[in-house]
Amino acid sequence: MAETVKNEKVPTEKLPAKIMLRNIVDKAYAEAWEAKERGEPVGWSTSKFPAEIAETLGLKVCYPENQAAAIAAKHGGQRMCEYAEAMGYDNDICAYARISFAYAAGAECEEKPMPQPDFMLCCNNICNCVTKWYENISRMHNIPLIMIDIPYNNTYEANEENVVYIRAQFDDAIKQLEKIAGRKFDEKKFEEVCANSNRTARAWLKACAYCQYEPSPLSGFDLFNHMAVSVTARCRKESAEAFEALAAEYEQSVKDGTSTWRYPEKHRIMFEGIPCWPDLQNLFRPLKDKGINTTAIVYAPAFGFVYNNMDEMMRAYSKAPNSVCLETGVEWREGICRENKVDGIMVHYNRSCKPWSGYMPEMERRFRKDLGVGVVGFDGDQADPRNFSNAQYITRVEGLYEIMESKKMGGQKSE
Amino acid sequence: MSNIESMLAKFAEIAENPKKQLDKFVSEGKKVIGCYPYYVPEELVYATGMVPMGLWGRSGSPNKAKKYFAAFYCSLVQMNMEMALNGDLDKLSGVIHTTLCDTLRPASQNFRVGINNIPMIFIAHPQNRKPKYGIEYSMKIYTKVLNELEAIAGRKASDEGLHEAIRVYNENRQAKREFVKNAGKHPELISAVQRSAVLKSSYFMEKPEHTIMLKELNRLLAIEPVVEWKGAKVVTSGIICDNPALLKIFDEYQIAIAADDIAHESRSFRKDASENEEPIRALAMQFAEQDQDPILYDPEINSRPPHIVDLVKHSNAQGVVILMMTFCDPEEMEYPSLAKALKEEKIPVLKIAYDHQITDFSRARTSLQAFADVLDLRKI
Repeated sequence: MAETVKNEKVPTEKLPAKIMLRNIVDKAYAEAWEAKERGEPVGWSTSKFPAEIAETLGLKVCYPENQAAAIAAKHGGQRMCEYAEAMGYDNDICAYARISFAYAAGAECEEKPMPQPDFMLCCNNICNCVTKWYENISRMHNIPLIMIDIPYNNTYEANEENVVYIRAQFDDAIKQLEKIAGRKFDEKKFEEVCANSNRTARAWLKACAYCQYEPSPLSGFDLFNHMAVSVTARCRKESAEAFEALAAEYEQSVKDGTSTWRYPEKHRIMFEGIPCWPDLQNLFRPLKDKGINTTAIVYAPAFGFVYNNMDEMMRAYSKAPNSVCLETGVEWREGICRENKVDGIMVHYNRSCKPWSGYMPEMERRFRKDLGVGVVGFDGDQADPRNFSNAQYITRVEGLYEIMESKKMGGQKSE
Repeated sequence: MSNIESMLAKFAEIAENPKKQLDKFVSEGKKVIGCYPYYVPEELVYATGMVPMGLWGRSGSPNKAKKYFAAFYCSLVQMNMEMALNGDLDKLSGVIHTTLCDTLRPASQNFRVGINNIPMIFIAHPQNRKPKYGIEYSMKIYTKVLNELEAIAGRKASDEGLHEAIRVYNENRQAKREFVKNAGKHPELISAVQRSAVLKSSYFMEKPEHTIMLKELNRLLAIEPVVEWKGAKVVTSGIICDNPALLKIFDEYQIAIAADDIAHESRSFRKDASENEEPIRALAMQFAEQDQDPILYDPEINSRPPHIVDLVKHSNAQGVVILMMTFCDPEEMEYPSLAKALKEEKIPVLKIAYDHQITDFSRARTSLQAFADVLDLRKI
């Protein structure tokens, strides 16, 4: 077992929230390793597959997207991508998928090891790429793939026929996973899991909402780290507690006038898209140098799965950034931009994420028109550092800064 | 000019001039609906008395479409947007936009907000299409599509009309399947360029007319004696391969297309719809039965690579040419499994980059020339 974190009760009350959150992710991976060692089946799941099912059945699940992000952040992304490319996977393919193919095929990876899968849980509310990604790994390991298909939405709300279709798949997934788990689905446990999931989502949204204070009690980049819990352990009580503790810390910071952002807050921006994990420092540094804090990220609403009943749950899982219509996507973003009082937006044109970047040019136009803020884009990649140019990024940050300064002074600097 | 040559010239004329066809239909008082790839139930358009025309991009580079897409998007979708922004599609009465890949998803939104003069009919096919709930979902969304088409047509589709549409389309699909076999048997009569034109023209013709012409061509081909083909035979695989400049290179090196696994070609007419079911259910079941397509979720997880191997064997081809659409994730992710399966069967495979922006196929020429030599050596 590569992970060293032991599965023991952590005295969470006394720990800073960020440590509590990190421990939860480590514990989730440690539990998966332990399950594997006991001979229990361990799954790999997309980040927005209804986690409530596996949690209710007591099945341990790992998250390749989280793993890929962690590997990339520890600078293993390029090595893993190149490994996958040598297997025949094109370098146009999502870098998370390439990292995952490499890992599933046995590439050495000390950055973030996790158990190899015994079953796959795929929900394409995040993209269609995951469908083929999970099929490939299912083929490699000759293991079952459980698929929940979320039709793309062209309207604000998921249509009734979508809800019926998703619900039927949800029920089907339960039956398939009961066989894998070797136990029956316990409705009472499910209710408890759903309650935890909702509590976690609310606490996450509450913590994110502290970005609205001026100055913000946090650097928005912190949220990129904390969101891992929303991916890997959102159905757990301790996750809700940790996010509540995080929110409480932010509350105290507001009272004390402190912040994890330790620089002047001259400007506030939304960072649009998945960050370039291999270049987090490179993303952060020019912003820090210019006194630009990130106070809005799309991951805030993206992981706020709040629901009161099964139909609402199906609708909640229909609302991922890459499965909602353009207008919903704009409304989410403009909502957090207004609430969190941003005066600029930095858009990441992410080579790894076609569905996300595919309507960003139109969104950019809407942001400018509706919000009157500066909007600048840069080219990058969530996990393959070869697709990111630091020089271009610095230039774009400088450009955005100039626009925001000009607007602040009452000018109309052209973009 | 022989009868066969004369017919092939007619198909080519239509394949090369979709705008002329569109103008013709509109001048005849017909409404025309553009259909994006993939698996649009065109029968619904036909049943409302309108003419469906395929929208699979065209050769060229995007200019205005860059306002909506970064550079790393499939040229097929970008060129559809380009045509719409240039006003080339203005005479369409509507467009059916699909969402089966990660480019089509945001493209549907860009089309809806960027092209204000052409109503967009949205369709999100189910990937879990086979279970009862998947078929029922397909039926519901097909019914919605039909309702929107009826509103554009200004008339209802009758049950009888829907049955007739299925019959007409089945007949056309059968004729196309027959043609693919005939073209594979008679490469000395049907070049790769001509084969493509015959199939492509069906996207720009009313199906009864295409069927009549194609049946006649099939009849003429069926009575031709089979002669020994000195060149190679391959299976092509990919999204689209309709550029005559590339196909001419196939012909130049005597690489005949014995069968295809191309989305624009055989994948689109492999399955018929039942003529004995209620029509909307028949169309939903037809989609449910579509398989071995990288665009679709494949519950039979290992079935596609052997399917292509079988296609090679049954068509007496010696190799596979994969036309890899640039920036097409599903095709790119399927490639390693397919290449592995072909390698295990010792079937040579050539991967060529393909998209609508490529005008210089000199790299493809070199690769195809070498591939022809490889296939030739295997005959010895």
